[in-house]
Amino acid sequence: MGLDLNTKKVKKNAYRITKERGKTALRIRVPGGHLEAKYLPIIKEIAEEYGNGTIHITIRQGFEIPGIPFEKMEEINRKIRPIIEGLELDYGVKIDDPEGGYPAAGTRNVSACIGNKVCRYANYETTELARKIEKAIYPNHYHVKIALTGCPNDCIKAHMQDFGIVGMADTQYDSYRCIGCEACVKNCKKRATGALTFKNGKVKKDERRCIGCGECVLKCPTGAWTRNPKKFYKLLIMGRTGKKNPRLAKPFLEWVDEDTIIKVIKNTYEYIDKYIDRSLPKEHVGYIVDRTGFNVFKEYALKDVELGPKAKVAEYIDFRGYKYEKDAFMKEEE
Amino acid sequence: MKNMGFQLQNSDFNKILNELKKEYKIYAPKRFEKRGTFSDTDMIRYGEIDSVEEIVWKEKSEYSPKEIIFPITQTLFYFTEEEYKVPKVDDKKIIVFLRPCDINGVRRLDTIFLKNGEHEDFYYKRLREKVKFVMIECKESFENCFCVSMNGNYTDNYSIAVRFEDGQVTLDVKDEDFKGLFNKVGKEVDFTPEYVKENHVKVEVPEVDKMPLEIFNHEMWKEYSERCIACGRCNVSCITCSCFTTQDIPYEDNPKAGERRRVWAGCHIDGFTDMAGGHSFRKEYGSRMRFKTLHKIYDYKKRFEENMCVGCGRCDDRCPEYISFSTCINKLNKVLKEEEKDEE
Repeated sequence: MGLDLNTKKVKKNAYRITKERGKTALRIRVPGGHLEAKYLPIIKEIAEEYGNGTIHITIRQGFEIPGIPFEKMEEINRKIRPIIEGLELDYGVKIDDPEGGYPAAGTRNVSACIGNKVCRYANYETTELARKIEKAIYPNHYHVKIALTGCPNDCIKAHMQDFGIVGMADTQYDSYRCIGCEACVKNCKKRATGALTFKNGKVKKDERRCIGCGECVLKCPTGAWTRNPKKFYKLLIMGRTGKKNPRLAKPFLEWVDEDTIIKVIKNTYEYIDKYIDRSLPKEHVGYIVDRTGFNVFKEYALKDVELGPKAKVAEYIDFRGYKYEKDAFMKEEE
Repeated sequence: MKNMGFQLQNSDFNKILNELKKEYKIYAPKRFEKRGTFSDTDMIRYGEIDSVEEIVWKEKSEYSPKEIIFPITQTLFYFTEEEYKVPKVDDKKIIVFLRPCDINGVRRLDTIFLKNGEHEDFYYKRLREKVKFVMIECKESFENCFCVSMNGNYTDNYSIAVRFEDGQVTLDVKDEDFKGLFNKVGKEVDFTPEYVKENHVKVEVPEVDKMPLEIFNHEMWKEYSERCIACGRCNVSCITCSCFTTQDIPYEDNPKAGERRRVWAGCHIDGFTDMAGGHSFRKEYGSRMRFKTLHKIYDYKKRFEENMCVGCGRCDDRCPEYISFSTCINKLNKVLKEEEKDEE
């Protein structure tokens, strides 16, 4: 009996159709890019018993296990149950059959930098928010890439995602505690945007220039600069790579809270559902926004969203990037 | 000999604190949630408290209590073209909850502000006179403490000594002003506060007469030029660093009026040695480390016969570059001993 596969179903189950006939590769999701080490023996076992003994660490912070015969998918799906429980169900993700493997692969693993678990620069716990987003959007077949980064250093490359979430610190200044060492002023100028100036022995902040990186707090020896305990985020949208028009994501919202981020992403799925070109095998959300225009997207994205007093919304976005078909190397007569 | 003390529940102690608040501002190390240097970390520093539950006694504060009597920013006077006016000071007296090392540290501040030369510092004195100490019993050394080596671990200079336990306090009340408050509510118990007897960190401080001037130019300081970033966290967290600078601030709308204020300064921070004509000294950060070290254990001791450093270890706690002051003193001691040996 020949091998008869529904490749669409296979792919939706997080298995790849590979260049080697008969062999597949499984992608394990790790929302927020952080996991307990106890799951690694399962991944090791699958790689050694079913795969070719190797594991690929994906750009989105998952594990891809190659060299697996298609026949073993069901068996493996049962084996990864503890991973699906520990990294998905335990955080509220709804998966009907935990022994059936991953129910969708379109919406990719939500990746995150290490965040304030470890990093001094990070303005929040990135994995925690990644898991909340995972709960809100997964499983889903629409092709959406999301990544979270703790600060504008953007180590996770949130600028390359459909949604990039950047932590923003609302820094507050107590002039009484300031000794005028100017560490914050010099550093802001050198490393960030020069939002701080020094006058009459104390520091002034230009709110419009402040990007909420939190560097002033890190540099302050006396605690004159502190963070507002309330967390804020910047939402970058519609960055991408690909064969048409690679581009960096651009800021859509600034100084918004966690609920807004989650709501806007959820709303976007409704927007995709309404406007996606179903004649194509798949269409990335950024190209849908290109077709409908930013304003249609914006209207959908902000539906029922209550923005706080500090929130800023982009009036328009010039995405730029570059287009392969208009590339400088392409001569007209050819 | 038995030492009579009082034991009371936190709720009863809070009633007394409430009573005291009519006459006193009460300061203690407290937690400022999510106000630490890194996101989702707390800051523990001095602030006014309303209840015993607010007092953080299980951890060491990041900053010392010096800011209560030596404010970070302090207006000295307001000026117009013809006259100046000294600002009023709050009528209330002050109670400070602090550990033995910090009480010993305040004695160093007293020496610098009140006994260093002919003039007493008016601004320091008028706050200092208001202060009564409530000594937080400190039995167990924290990380980086080296109070025993610096004789900072013990003092009997307090109005009240307090042992905190979950839900209750035990007090040794020495100050007659306070005794009446506890007679009625407290249970009488035998209580003598205990002190730290040994630290994990031990320091051997070289004798002043064993430190020749050549040590100023020793190689050992060079290492710190590479490591120190001149942020000044050691200075501002130190209980005994007492340097300040003055700023004359003309008011923007009418520069003929304004104020003079003084603000903390630190010998590690750029600008500390700036002089008229654009001169400055100790540009190498290693020489700042040398200056601070020798001030704490050499110059001050020569003049006032005790070390300035009390071994609270906050400089080590706070240094982002993991420079350890206690290690530096031990290094210096080792260098001096080796040089002494070479001479023999």
